[in-house]
Amino acid sequence: MSTGYTTAPAVTGPRAAHAGLAGADVSWEIDGRLVLDGVGLVAPAGGVTGLLGPNGSGKSTLLRVLAGVQQAGRATRNGPVTTFGAADLGALPRRERARVLALVEQDATTDLPLSVLDAVLLGRIPHRALLAGDSDADRAAARSALATAGAAALADREVGTLSGGERQRVHMARALAQEPRLLLLDEPTNHLDIAAQLAAMRTLRDLAADGVTVVTALHDLNLAAATCDHLVLLADGRVVAAGPVAEVLVPAVLEPVYGVRVDVLTHPRTGRPVLSFDEG
Amino acid sequence: MTSRPVRTAPALPALALPGAGLVLLLSVGVAVTVGPADLALSEVARSLATHLGLGGALGVEPLSALRDGMVWQLRMPRILTAAAVGAGLALCGAVMQSLTRNPLADPYLLGLSSGASLGAVLVLLVGVPLLLPVAAFAGAVGALALALTLAGAAGAITPTRTVLAGLAISQLCAAAVSFVIFWSATGDAFREVLSWLMGSVASATWTSVAVAGGAALLIGVPLALSGSVLDAFTFGDTAAAALGVPVNRTRWVLLVGVALLTGALVSQSGSIGFVGLILPHAVRLLTGARHRLLLPLSALAGASFLVWADTLARTVFEPRELPVGIVTAAIGAPVFAALLWKGKR
Repeated sequence: MSTGYTTAPAVTGPRAAHAGLAGADVSWEIDGRLVLDGVGLVAPAGGVTGLLGPNGSGKSTLLRVLAGVQQAGRATRNGPVTTFGAADLGALPRRERARVLALVEQDATTDLPLSVLDAVLLGRIPHRALLAGDSDADRAAARSALATAGAAALADREVGTLSGGERQRVHMARALAQEPRLLLLDEPTNHLDIAAQLAAMRTLRDLAADGVTVVTALHDLNLAAATCDHLVLLADGRVVAAGPVAEVLVPAVLEPVYGVRVDVLTHPRTGRPVLSFDEG
Repeated sequence: MTSRPVRTAPALPALALPGAGLVLLLSVGVAVTVGPADLALSEVARSLATHLGLGGALGVEPLSALRDGMVWQLRMPRILTAAAVGAGLALCGAVMQSLTRNPLADPYLLGLSSGASLGAVLVLLVGVPLLLPVAAFAGAVGALALALTLAGAAGAITPTRTVLAGLAISQLCAAAVSFVIFWSATGDAFREVLSWLMGSVASATWTSVAVAGGAALLIGVPLALSGSVLDAFTFGDTAAAALGVPVNRTRWVLLVGVALLTGALVSQSGSIGFVGLILPHAVRLLTGARHRLLLPLSALAGASFLVWADTLARTVFEPRELPVGIVTAAIGAPVFAALLWKGKR
């Protein structure tokens, strides 16, 4: 199914050979503590890459460093090298980078009385002159982003009155209004009920099918098993495993990282792995 | 959950700014006529035309020297200073509230009013009132420098660090002010100090208009145009950075801009409270949270508000005058309470 989502330059032709996101030697230090230690990862274009790992393994920091927005701490050694297709993300001017990639944070809130449409229109900031107001094109892009995120009916609501799931969809729409070709998400299914979780992942799959490179941190390994193409497993700021789902979600990899016993079953209908856990 | 209607009616943005501008213009004109001698609006217009060199062209007769002096030398500078100060404070308050993501933020957040008070009180007590504006401005800038150094000591200026650093410097300067007053002020000096501390535009001259108005134009206009950048901060620093805004540099530039403007205003009027805190909240009820309209509209509304507050200050207990700070607080506190009550937040 197509979402009708289009990135600013059309996603056809040469971009089929687009290499996606590649990060090498991503190291980050906060208060003298190495939270990311030489992370290398590849997220193929047009796929959904899941970023897994226990609490505190560095998932959120990695996403923010990749997005170039990590405020606290600093890069160590030579600094990370991250490329997206042919572009060096670190070398792109900020505004240009904000037109290529968007980040959906975990708990972005505001106390201000803001309508959903206005919140989504914030995503248009990198696309327009600093002094310009919303153009009709901006409003159209915002509405289309709302539709893609399944939040079209929320446009006139106030952000503060939304439920957790609704707010998550609005944040997704705000990111989509940036018309990114690379979408980074930090646990977009947190606090959502199961139907909303599946709907969110469905949206990510559809976006990937339309050519967007999606990288999402996830806690739920079964959700990752059911919906991701590729996985990167972090522990203590290092990559311990990366590759296709079937290669990463195996007991030999997971048990030492999470400290639990893992049994891998096969889903009777989809044939994808289903995980079962016991205390080790 | 009911869906609340959204506040930005489509016709509002187009009409709000010219409307607020017109209200301000009328407020200034009418405020000049209010007071002991009955002046008519037409007399104000005649005086203006004469002084702007249009008298001959328009065939307008000049006023008598006494009445003209009242319009041009007494009331006009005072009212225009009030307008400039009100505009600047409301604008700075709106910017400050957004930069620190703190609804309680006001233009004096970085310890500016206490720093200015310290400078002012020192010269008042030493007895060189001529230097007062300079000393007040120096005090404000000194407080700003200290607060920013403290806030930025760890690299990134976060909203919380800004608020806390401002609080520390504020308290420090306030203690110093109290000490100086306690130690050395007597009778008249004490009264003078107190009236300055509460804020007043009673002694405004055309120089005050030039300083306050000049600062409001030079610094205020760029600040008022920074709406799109401030919008980006709605969901926090990380979200702003993800939208391509250089977070730290932007915060530095805007904080320094707000501080310099506030310092210039405080040097002319003392620290008038509540305008910078309440006006942005009241205007937000009308415009919603986005800044493109909020900032200029806050400025215009703040100007009209302070013009009327000052008119009340000089007329309510005629011939005695109140410091305008008392009036803004007397109006501001209940209005703030009402906003809180209505906002259910």
